[in-house]
Amino acid sequence: MVHAAAHDDHPHHPTGWTRWVYSTNHKDIGTLYLIFAIIAGVIGGFLSVMMRMELAEPGIQIFTGFAQMVYGFEGDAAIDGGKAMYNAFTTMHGLIMIFFMVMPALIGGFANWMVPIMIGAPDMAFPRMNNISFWLLPPALILLLLSFFVPSAPGSYGIGGGWTMYPPFSTTGQPGPAMDLAILSVHVAGASSILGAINFITTIFNMRAPGMTLHKMPLFAWSVLITAFLLLLSLPVLAGGITMLLTDRNFGTTFFTPDGGGDPILFQHLFWFFGHPEVYILILPGFGIISHIISTFSKKPVFGYLGMAYAMVAIGAVGFVVWAHHMFTTGISLDAQRYFAFATMVIAVPTGVKIFSWVATMWGGSITLRTPMLWAIAFVFLFTVGGVTGVQLANAGFDRAVHDTYYVVAHFHYVMSLGSVFAIFAGWYYWFPKMTGYMYSPLIARAHFWVTFIGVNLVFFPQHFLGLSGMPRRYIDYPDAFAGWNMVSSYGSYISAFGVLIFLVGVFEAFSKKRIAGANPWGEGATTLEWQLPSPPPYHQWEQLPRIK
Amino acid sequence: MIRAMRKIVAGGFSAAATLFAGAVAQAAQPQDWEMTFQPAATDIMHQITWFEHYTLWFIVPITLLVLFLLAYCIMKFRATVNPTASRTSHNTLIEVIWTVGPVLILLFIAVPSFQLLTAQYSPPEEAKLTLKATANQWNWDYEYQTEEPLSFNSAVLADADRAALGKEDKAAYPRLLAVDNELVVPVNTMVRVLVTASDVIHAFAMPAFGLKTDAVPGRTNETWFKVEKEGIYYGQCSELCGKDHAFMPIAIRVVSEAQYNTWFAAAKADLPGANKALMAEIGSSNKVAVAGQ
Repeated sequence: MVHAAAHDDHPHHPTGWTRWVYSTNHKDIGTLYLIFAIIAGVIGGFLSVMMRMELAEPGIQIFTGFAQMVYGFEGDAAIDGGKAMYNAFTTMHGLIMIFFMVMPALIGGFANWMVPIMIGAPDMAFPRMNNISFWLLPPALILLLLSFFVPSAPGSYGIGGGWTMYPPFSTTGQPGPAMDLAILSVHVAGASSILGAINFITTIFNMRAPGMTLHKMPLFAWSVLITAFLLLLSLPVLAGGITMLLTDRNFGTTFFTPDGGGDPILFQHLFWFFGHPEVYILILPGFGIISHIISTFSKKPVFGYLGMAYAMVAIGAVGFVVWAHHMFTTGISLDAQRYFAFATMVIAVPTGVKIFSWVATMWGGSITLRTPMLWAIAFVFLFTVGGVTGVQLANAGFDRAVHDTYYVVAHFHYVMSLGSVFAIFAGWYYWFPKMTGYMYSPLIARAHFWVTFIGVNLVFFPQHFLGLSGMPRRYIDYPDAFAGWNMVSSYGSYISAFGVLIFLVGVFEAFSKKRIAGANPWGEGATTLEWQLPSPPPYHQWEQLPRIK
Repeated sequence: MIRAMRKIVAGGFSAAATLFAGAVAQAAQPQDWEMTFQPAATDIMHQITWFEHYTLWFIVPITLLVLFLLAYCIMKFRATVNPTASRTSHNTLIEVIWTVGPVLILLFIAVPSFQLLTAQYSPPEEAKLTLKATANQWNWDYEYQTEEPLSFNSAVLADADRAALGKEDKAAYPRLLAVDNELVVPVNTMVRVLVTASDVIHAFAMPAFGLKTDAVPGRTNETWFKVEKEGIYYGQCSELCGKDHAFMPIAIRVVSEAQYNTWFAAAKADLPGANKALMAEIGSSNKVAVAGQ
């Protein structure tokens, strides 16, 4: 550690804008990713609050006005433009939160920062590739945001088919160039992720410190390794699918057009072959983070380390063979439904192992409820809630009743918005002192936690009721009977938005107060390698490789 | 054992459902502050409702167990109470238990689940009536595939047309659920539905029937229903299909066999007239029923 600090005095690392734009340093690139994720998260969150504002009561409230304001529509054209704009909001909310918020935060941000440090490596294996991985993302986001302002379906702007982009609505249904921009955006973001995945796999396989066997590797590194494989294997399939979409739209192919011998359902198979592993890509790094936090604040090693690691391997592997449970109502055969229902239920077993192992890690521990631990415990509970409704939805016969209703919306927001996002905030509050050297105000951080916890549960729990009662998703207006729970859900969304403000205030406060955090603010429970470095770590760490006993 | 358990639980729930159905006038549309499924109108939906309640018996206790364990750990093992942490990080027995336990629970869920799924694809008898539903942006074309075919379009009821169609009653004909021309089918009759689409993907859905089938261009999906109770039932398009996705509801009026036959005979020549005559007939028979109580 002393050795590394001494080397840091050398002045030959870049400063000013070249440090960031030309950066090949995993920590600087990780910081860029985190800033990018915060910006994208604020945009995606804004879209969702606008949707909830629209849905707060029956009738069309605000989107007609938006269409007048943004696109200059008048009269009935504004009503129709507003309806299409609502669909564009749902679509963009999904794409932005998945590709530009959760993935950059967990993989680009935390994994870039912490995996090399945790495995005792000086940097990522391909530092220049790391740079291009990040710098592909801003153009991808700009392409996607541009699609808002170009024509799509006749009389409307912005892509409106949902993040799943099912043809024919994404081909003949929206002839304007908006969809092409979105496809290019996903292509570029996908390329960024594939490069990142290659980088992580190479780094983790080849650059572990002496003595750090795979079975001694911290669980966060395990989770990122598995995530990287999921990315590497699933994204090319998405790229193929959306390329076929692109050629169907522009070059006269008919992969997904029945008139030309194609099949719209083929796209759904390709999409979900990517899409289902994708949801595990969004949650697995969170699993890793939560394991470290629970272990740290229980002052105990993770219970059942090998079981935890191989549970993630199992989740990743089985995650590749369950994709058609998103397609139970498309007309796939009874036998196909039986298989996909069965395979999906199997995933509950390794997931249960993880939940119980986290509880067992706390059991007998000496628990301090500091901010990261609050987020982590809430994660375990809320992820359980989302997980058990997932077990219900796995049953094709039950899914038929709630498919494409708010029940599904509630389910996946419990595992994503209350799962992944809680894991991101847990990681943020856990590693913020390490990354910046400053300690945040625990008071503001706790306020952020409680406001968010109450807010998101108010948003999503009532959506279970709406779904059972039959409210379909992606609706700008609904029958009056659904008004009650929609109102509750909307108020929850305003509370959650206030939580985001508290978060930003907390960040600002931490940087202005500059409370020195010290190398290890969490005490003896924090055993992974990053806590042996100063905070923030030196520009290059581990010039003398650590030895793992 | 499962079958016996299922019968007992199903019996209880169907009794409750019947009581509930008696309490509300229109049983087959969403209700204010509703927290569960709409009352079932087909055997399949009874089974789905049973299965949903059955799974709750597993998932609610599991969730509460996790919550309890977390709370217990926070109480019993906080640093102030328990300053020295144990170093236990393995216990083969408990790890086997929490792997095998969930497997058993999944088996208990899987058996009735597969029965339900199989039932959905095993119509108990040959269909007496075949309907074809073709989805368009943003309305439905219905075709009765009978010897003398009948076809008409069904779109969301515009407020301006309420008076002309005799549908001023917003409780019976709710905003965004009511249509201009309902599908009319006889009660207790096997109906086969062929679902397809002319432009983009839509979905034909009827919550009270436990029915949802995607309407995909270039493909015909087949489903079926047999409704137990007369009344008007509402569903909505359930696959994102463009700007008016929220404005292409599905309404099915289930009537007696005689009423259906009269309606069908008249509908070919004069659909609005046949609909009005049917509504008048139902209205008067309801009054007779109320008077007879």
